[in-house]
Amino acid sequence: MISMIEFTDITAWIHSLLLSVMTPTWTYIVELALSGVTALVVLLVCVIIMVYMERKVAGFMQLRWGPNRVGPYGIFQVIADVIKLLLKESFSPNRADKVMFNIAPALALCVSLMALAPISWAPGLTMWDTNIGILFITAISSMGVIGILMAGWSSNNKYSLIGAMRSGAQIVSYELSAGLSIVTAVALAGTLSTNGIIQSQADGWWILKGQIPAIIAFLIYVIASTAECNRAPFDLAEAESELTAGYHTEYAGMQFGIFYLNEYINMAIVSIIASTLFLGGWMPFHLPFDYPVVHVFNHIMDFIPTWMWFFGKMFLIIFFMMWFRWTFPRLRIDQLLKLEWKYLLPISIVNLLFAAVIIVLHWHL
Amino acid sequence: METISVTSDYIPILIQIVVALSFVVVVMLVSHFIITKRRRVRSIKKEDNFECGIEIEGNARFPFSVKYFLIAILFVLFDVEVIFFYPWAVNFKESGWSGLLYMLLFVALFMFGFYYIYKKGSFDWNKDEE
Repeated sequence: MISMIEFTDITAWIHSLLLSVMTPTWTYIVELALSGVTALVVLLVCVIIMVYMERKVAGFMQLRWGPNRVGPYGIFQVIADVIKLLLKESFSPNRADKVMFNIAPALALCVSLMALAPISWAPGLTMWDTNIGILFITAISSMGVIGILMAGWSSNNKYSLIGAMRSGAQIVSYELSAGLSIVTAVALAGTLSTNGIIQSQADGWWILKGQIPAIIAFLIYVIASTAECNRAPFDLAEAESELTAGYHTEYAGMQFGIFYLNEYINMAIVSIIASTLFLGGWMPFHLPFDYPVVHVFNHIMDFIPTWMWFFGKMFLIIFFMMWFRWTFPRLRIDQLLKLEWKYLLPISIVNLLFAAVIIVLHWHL
Repeated sequence: METISVTSDYIPILIQIVVALSFVVVVMLVSHFIITKRRRVRSIKKEDNFECGIEIEGNARFPFSVKYFLIAILFVLFDVEVIFFYPWAVNFKESGWSGLLYMLLFVALFMFGFYYIYKKGSFDWNKDEE
């Protein structure tokens, strides 16, 4: 292997530094807090890039420039927007339920930040390396709907209420097929830990090794998670042509900013999970064949650093989600629920059985 | 690989909650303190709900028919069944054919319930509109 600074070297250095000044228990706690803050900062940088990317992609798809005034190529546009949101007054309307109105954005964001804990960022770099990582993420991400329902109900606004109700029905339904696609990947990998799932893809990503069921599961997961993030074409919760702005109509200033941030963090987490399950997370592209040429190819792929693979896959899936937004028209609520219950749910169950047969027959590579 | 989970394994998640909460609190406080430097304007029109921009008619706290309440009930049923798939999936490689057989039985029951709901017309939400 080439000698370069690995992330594990940095963490080991911080560990020994902290051990020299405090007791092991405190070292553990401080390290966890540090890793939490680091994950948060990395994600915030990702969100800033994603917001910029969203506007540039939208501009590209609609044959216009996108942001190009603030800074070179408009790269400071997002920073300017964040400062604007911070300067705006966030107040709660008179008729709203003030307590719930103010808790809702905090709850929504906390829930999505908690899903960060079991994510494997790089080899040996996981905040919470647990044996139930994926199960924890699915459990936590289904709590996100509570924040949205709270926001919609407490606003005392008919459109917000309708938006929140729609969002509830939608998130809850699409969770089923997303869960079943996750189960397909778990059955292939045989473990629930994020690290274990990535290690099981050392000789090839599941989307290649798992034959057709893995590809179907990946597609279903991307569709279902787009719906869970309330992204277009499934953005019925904030359909601006009928519901003003949906569940966050009454929010202003940084409270709106937190909802906005939450949407992008959810998108990032969902694409990280999709890449962990099916595209190997930080694992470089390897081919599962035993030929000398393939070994050379696999070795060349190892030279590309793991963080590049991780963020490359993450932003690739995010780009697909942005592409969907400008390609498909928004669905109606009954079409949306029909798509899930009449098509995606049965397909994902049959696909799971299909995957099970392939695993039993050892047809997966 | 026998690992037993103990409560202390969940300390990381506790700390993550603290980090997440403090981030939200810090952001809101920063925003709050920047604003109080400037003069706050209060008026009845401003403090009122925006809704859709025009005068508000009535209250939003009224009973209305949520057509897709059935979704919530179906979700509870199906999600419990999906949860049962997780332990099966983790141990599937060891259980082999017998595991597949038991799962086929379970999925048959699952699909039978699904078929019943389907035939009952629970997924045709827009039917009685006509």
